[in-house]
Amino acid sequence: MLGGTAAPAGGWTTATVAGLNRPIARSVALRLDVVDRVDHLPGQHYVLRLTAPDGYTAQRSYSVASAPADPLVELFVERLEDGEVSTYLADVAEPGDSVEVRGPIGGWFAWDGESPALLVGGGTGVVPLVAMVRHARATGREDLLRIAVSARTLAELPYADELVAAGALVVATREGRGIRPAARLTAMDLLPLWEEGQTAFVCGSTGFAETASQLLVELGFAPSAIRIERFGPSGD
Amino acid sequence: MPPTTRGFLGRSRQPRDPRLPPGQYDVGADWPVLTAEPTPRISTDTWSITVAGNVEHPTTWDWDAVHALPGSEYRGDIHCVTTWSKFDTRFAGVSLDALWDVARPTEAGRFVMATSKSGYTTDLPIEDLTGGKAWLVWEFDGQPLSLEHGGPVRLLVPHLYFWKSAKWVTKLDVLQRDQQGFWERNGYHDRGDPWRQQRYQGD
Repeated sequence: MLGGTAAPAGGWTTATVAGLNRPIARSVALRLDVVDRVDHLPGQHYVLRLTAPDGYTAQRSYSVASAPADPLVELFVERLEDGEVSTYLADVAEPGDSVEVRGPIGGWFAWDGESPALLVGGGTGVVPLVAMVRHARATGREDLLRIAVSARTLAELPYADELVAAGALVVATREGRGIRPAARLTAMDLLPLWEEGQTAFVCGSTGFAETASQLLVELGFAPSAIRIERFGPSGD
Repeated sequence: MPPTTRGFLGRSRQPRDPRLPPGQYDVGADWPVLTAEPTPRISTDTWSITVAGNVEHPTTWDWDAVHALPGSEYRGDIHCVTTWSKFDTRFAGVSLDALWDVARPTEAGRFVMATSKSGYTTDLPIEDLTGGKAWLVWEFDGQPLSLEHGGPVRLLVPHLYFWKSAKWVTKLDVLQRDQQGFWERNGYHDRGDPWRQQRYQGD
């Protein structure tokens, strides 16, 4: 039986853009001041809704990159070329603008902050893992986390500096890094990070999540201890 | 009406496709994979589906036995809570009614917990799984259902959000009282009607 705990989604509330920055090219991180905010668990996400003058609305889900203790909620948005919501957020939104949000959502892909976890992220899939890293740093429990992340190049890895500082193994599939040639994540990369009692959090594209989770299963990791968040090809 | 977002116009509006429930968009030819757990590898040699609980005749069908039931097709649309909808899908398998005809739920049996090989669960009122509204399917567009989409056999309940259509389903437990399944415990709605936007608990 898969576990997890319930988390309230609540209704729609207003969020004001307090600031924004661009962790990597073609992205924006929105720093939001959320009215009547409920603290999230690291790994959860929000739904964000935009409304046009004629009442037309569009909503999409975005991962939270910030720790619960952060007074603002930071949502990472990858700008997709034909993304109706992401192009607005990346190109038009500016500090002072208001959007509607709903969350936090999802009790499954969420770290309790108290038990050992193996974090495995691919590309922009590292974002919910960054919330876990930041939470561990805020609570002084970095010892609980082991981290492996993969991206095409380091420049395409959001929050790369923070991940490296947290001790993450960083693998680049399209460029060499140090003595390591360009390569995908392997079982040998993950083996030294495996410890008794861990829950694995795997997040990335469908292909990455499938491959990484199967590597863990082949190493002997219990499937019931692996939690996965996949980004569908049409996520926006 | 929600407050207007400064500077947001949205995509140029074609007349909205009447097949699209509120808050959904047409995903086109894609079929996103969203799974919370590792993909189990299931051989059709060992696969089976069991109907048990509040039924007169608890029954297990293996791969050959389920194929011996009268076949049934679903042609139509599917809707995922993550806001994509996919039009004109074609699934083949067997109507759940064919299983109910054999197992015969008792009067007391009002809910069903579907359980997958992976441990995934989802709960539904039995009315949502009877009367030609639900299937066990093993083909998509004339091809065997792929592992990542729940093969060899998944539940198909297309009038509800797609998390109700459990992948890799192996058991249907008929219950007297409702119990929450995996996503239902994790903040999602108990019924999940896309036309009423029943996405999260409280909707």
